[in-house]
Amino acid sequence: MAMNTQGRPTAPGTTSSTEIQTYTGNRGLDHEEPLIFEIGDTGRTGVDLPDQPKAQSRLGGLERGAEIGLPGLTEPETMRHYVRLSRKNYAIDSGLYPLGSCTMKHNPRLNEKMARLPGIGDIHPLQPQSTVQGAIQLMERLAHYLMELTGMPAVALSPKAGAHGELCGMLAIKAAHEAKGSKRDVVLVPDSAHGTNPATAAFMGYRVKSIPAMADGTVSAEAVRAAIGPDVAAIMLTNPNTCGLFEREIVEIAKVVHEAGAYFYCDGANFNAIVGKVRPGDLGVDAMHINLHKTFSTPHGGGGPGAGPVVLSAALAPYAPLPFIRKDGDKLALVEDAGAAGDAKPFGRLTAFHGQMGMYVRALTYMLSHGTDGMRQASEDAVLSANYVRANLKDLMSQPFGGPTGDRPCMHEVLFDDAWLKDTGVTTLDFAKAMIDEGYHPMTMYFPLVVHGAMLIEPTESESKQSLDQFIGTLRFLANEARLGNDKTRFKEAPMLAPRRRLDETRAAREPRLRWRPATPKVAAE
Amino acid sequence: MRYLPLDEADRADMLAKIGVKAIDDLFADVPNGKLLKTPPPLAKTQSEIAVEREIGRLAARNVAAGSVPFFVGAGAYRHHVPASVDHLIQRSEFLTSYTPYQPEITQGTLQYLFEFQSQVALLTGMDVANASMYDGSTACGEAVLMADRITRRKKAVLSGGLHPHYRVVTETLAKWGDAAVTALPPDPNGKEDAAAAIDGETSCIVVQYPSVYGNIRDLKPIADAAHAKGALLVVVVTEVVALGALKSPGEMGADIVVCEGQSIGNGLNFGGPYVGLFATREKYVRQMPGRLAGETVDAEGKRGYVLTLSTREQHIRREKATSNICTNSGLCALAFTIHMTLLGEAGLRRLAVLNHANACDLADRLSKIKGVSVLNSTFFNEFTIKVPGKAADVIEKLAANGVLGGVPVSRLEPDQPDLADLILVASTEINTDDDRAVFATALKEVL
Repeated sequence: MAMNTQGRPTAPGTTSSTEIQTYTGNRGLDHEEPLIFEIGDTGRTGVDLPDQPKAQSRLGGLERGAEIGLPGLTEPETMRHYVRLSRKNYAIDSGLYPLGSCTMKHNPRLNEKMARLPGIGDIHPLQPQSTVQGAIQLMERLAHYLMELTGMPAVALSPKAGAHGELCGMLAIKAAHEAKGSKRDVVLVPDSAHGTNPATAAFMGYRVKSIPAMADGTVSAEAVRAAIGPDVAAIMLTNPNTCGLFEREIVEIAKVVHEAGAYFYCDGANFNAIVGKVRPGDLGVDAMHINLHKTFSTPHGGGGPGAGPVVLSAALAPYAPLPFIRKDGDKLALVEDAGAAGDAKPFGRLTAFHGQMGMYVRALTYMLSHGTDGMRQASEDAVLSANYVRANLKDLMSQPFGGPTGDRPCMHEVLFDDAWLKDTGVTTLDFAKAMIDEGYHPMTMYFPLVVHGAMLIEPTESESKQSLDQFIGTLRFLANEARLGNDKTRFKEAPMLAPRRRLDETRAAREPRLRWRPATPKVAAE
Repeated sequence: MRYLPLDEADRADMLAKIGVKAIDDLFADVPNGKLLKTPPPLAKTQSEIAVEREIGRLAARNVAAGSVPFFVGAGAYRHHVPASVDHLIQRSEFLTSYTPYQPEITQGTLQYLFEFQSQVALLTGMDVANASMYDGSTACGEAVLMADRITRRKKAVLSGGLHPHYRVVTETLAKWGDAAVTALPPDPNGKEDAAAAIDGETSCIVVQYPSVYGNIRDLKPIADAAHAKGALLVVVVTEVVALGALKSPGEMGADIVVCEGQSIGNGLNFGGPYVGLFATREKYVRQMPGRLAGETVDAEGKRGYVLTLSTREQHIRREKATSNICTNSGLCALAFTIHMTLLGEAGLRRLAVLNHANACDLADRLSKIKGVSVLNSTFFNEFTIKVPGKAADVIEKLAANGVLGGVPVSRLEPDQPDLADLILVASTEINTDDDRAVFATALKEVL
């Protein structure tokens, strides 16, 4: 008998995968996953509990009656549900995540392991302080590192996220003015600032006055001088700024601000570009929050939890919120109430307990692993990588702030605008969505608001050169396709290969469906 | 450095492509003299072995809750978290993903947030819930600000049964946000007449359920009194497992419900990160702070989820936003929703009953000790005892004897000498019969 010379077919067929209609709606590894409410029921459970002692209810006659409606699943069903959901997510661990201003760097797993040590993860915030000296010491170590790296004399650890840190820093500023009897009601914020800056200032009753950027995307000391006056309490300036540029006149700006009796709040969201290279304290900063989830690699977790400690100048240090650490001989104490604060004048308390210990330990683990030489190298690599991307794309994609000063190096992120897409019919959104089909998370889009069709790319220090070259190659390919205009579908219909096509956000906002509800039984037709 | 993939050859190639000679040429915008020649004097790069040893040494100086009979609560509770929860939240796709701003490739996060919101709404008995807040205390402060916006009034009343830290957080926000807060005196006996404190200028009354001292009361009369004066009822729950046994705040007329969700799925972590739950009535949804996931369809008509109603948020509204908050507690919310899914209604109810039974058993044992009395006639899994002498000293002595026996009220209310002999004691499903016996014996010995 003749051998089958063809063997097992190894080549894929010619049918486009998008055309196949499967029975399940699944597409290979991509499963359609129903809601827990559609697969579970109220009687099912994945938890077996021990027996209970006999007791008479002391609930005061307020026992819950009617069914709550919470569905349960057994453990295998639970695993499958969440594993299937997880596979619909893009993640740093699966690919380059170039979200400018968000710093999607590698999250070392040692950090996770340390956070789960019983002496860290399984201690209660209100245990006697004598039983948690190691935890307070850990907080003190972290505080020391943050102060050394920023060149600032004090730090408030407790803010729970960057915006919370902003609030903390600005409250310290308001408290300092109040203590001096100085009534000021204006805060200066550049146009390019994160939206949280004006939101924070406005919440505190400040009027927000915008400062325009210069043609090169930075703020001039002259503009600050023109805007400042005896009514100005503070300036909120991001450095490096949201356009990825170092504010060249920052020292001069600090001087102008201080001469007017105001304080300098620095948004430290982009501190990751300058760790070990520049100390904000040397620039004249009075308060700066540090996003531990950006600079010091605590995981973003799909949107939190974060942590936003705030470093403070000597002028603001007395106003730091409760709790804070005090050394008492060889013992460390957490000062938890105003009565015990001594000379300090805490402006209040921002959260119950002591802040984000789980994030403190991860950040400190990162710091100890890198050492200051490693952190400095990380900042240099982040800046190098962003400039490498810029150098390889600037012939195809346009950058804002052109002209003689425009062609400057960027810091850790590179900003493009959409002028180069003019007349192609392709928008920033289309271009970004086309990246998804190529296996990349899009860059930050339409931010900062001052740049038309902004595309902000932050590759971080975590990418190899091969990875950067592949990314650059992809963007060059897409940029050329957009310019040639042969295949608009690639952009207009994108993404076509993701778990979902573009979603209708208008409908979501017009007819909000914010929770599952049982389907209303249809009235039978006659 | 094991986390940095570029090597010297790569760096040289990249600098050449950029067209500069040295890395510091890229830092040319840094003002004169401000670029550090060497990094600050701290430790150099260390191996995993060395770092693990160093952090391990710090951890070893703490008494882990799981290593002793443990009865500490007061807003953070030690519950058993199933092993599968921690395994799932460490999936790279959840752990290392960003806020789901690109819905096509973050349906995993968006769907679990939608499920989370649905669970929270059901549990609290409310119409809608957001995608979580930093923690219970910040959620409490935001609830008061929201009530101020809705009622256009600026005077909130805080019950004396509210957790003192929550009170101070709310007072701090109110003080600097130009609103007024009246805190009623501490109410360890659960006798306060909260309704009497509401007048025509009150924006909301904030009541904790069960109170920080453990007392449980019907909220309906307070809701009615508040609504009669045009004020809102804000209910705070710091032990969310209680809602498996107790009538929901929504059933009793609450307008906003905020909870500390740590008890479900999340460890103690020395106070954070935790997860704030925030629920309200449908009609107030546009005044609610925080992120929201909503259902919609994609271009092919398939069901999907997106972040929605973001016109309330600061990245769109800037100074007109409802709050400056721009993050939630995503991974802690995931832990909550997975644990809640594992429990289901049947499991949650059993868990709640078990907690209550354990606490009843402990209260009976402690009340038999000479000199000790239990203040509460009602409680869920935490109650207040009165001891002879200073509670803080008793707790220290218990700790020296290897028992973490609760929280002295003086730790939370240092300016109230009348309360210095009170201890908050919690018992959850983790306590064995033996733990409770050891506690009772130790307490008898140290008194």
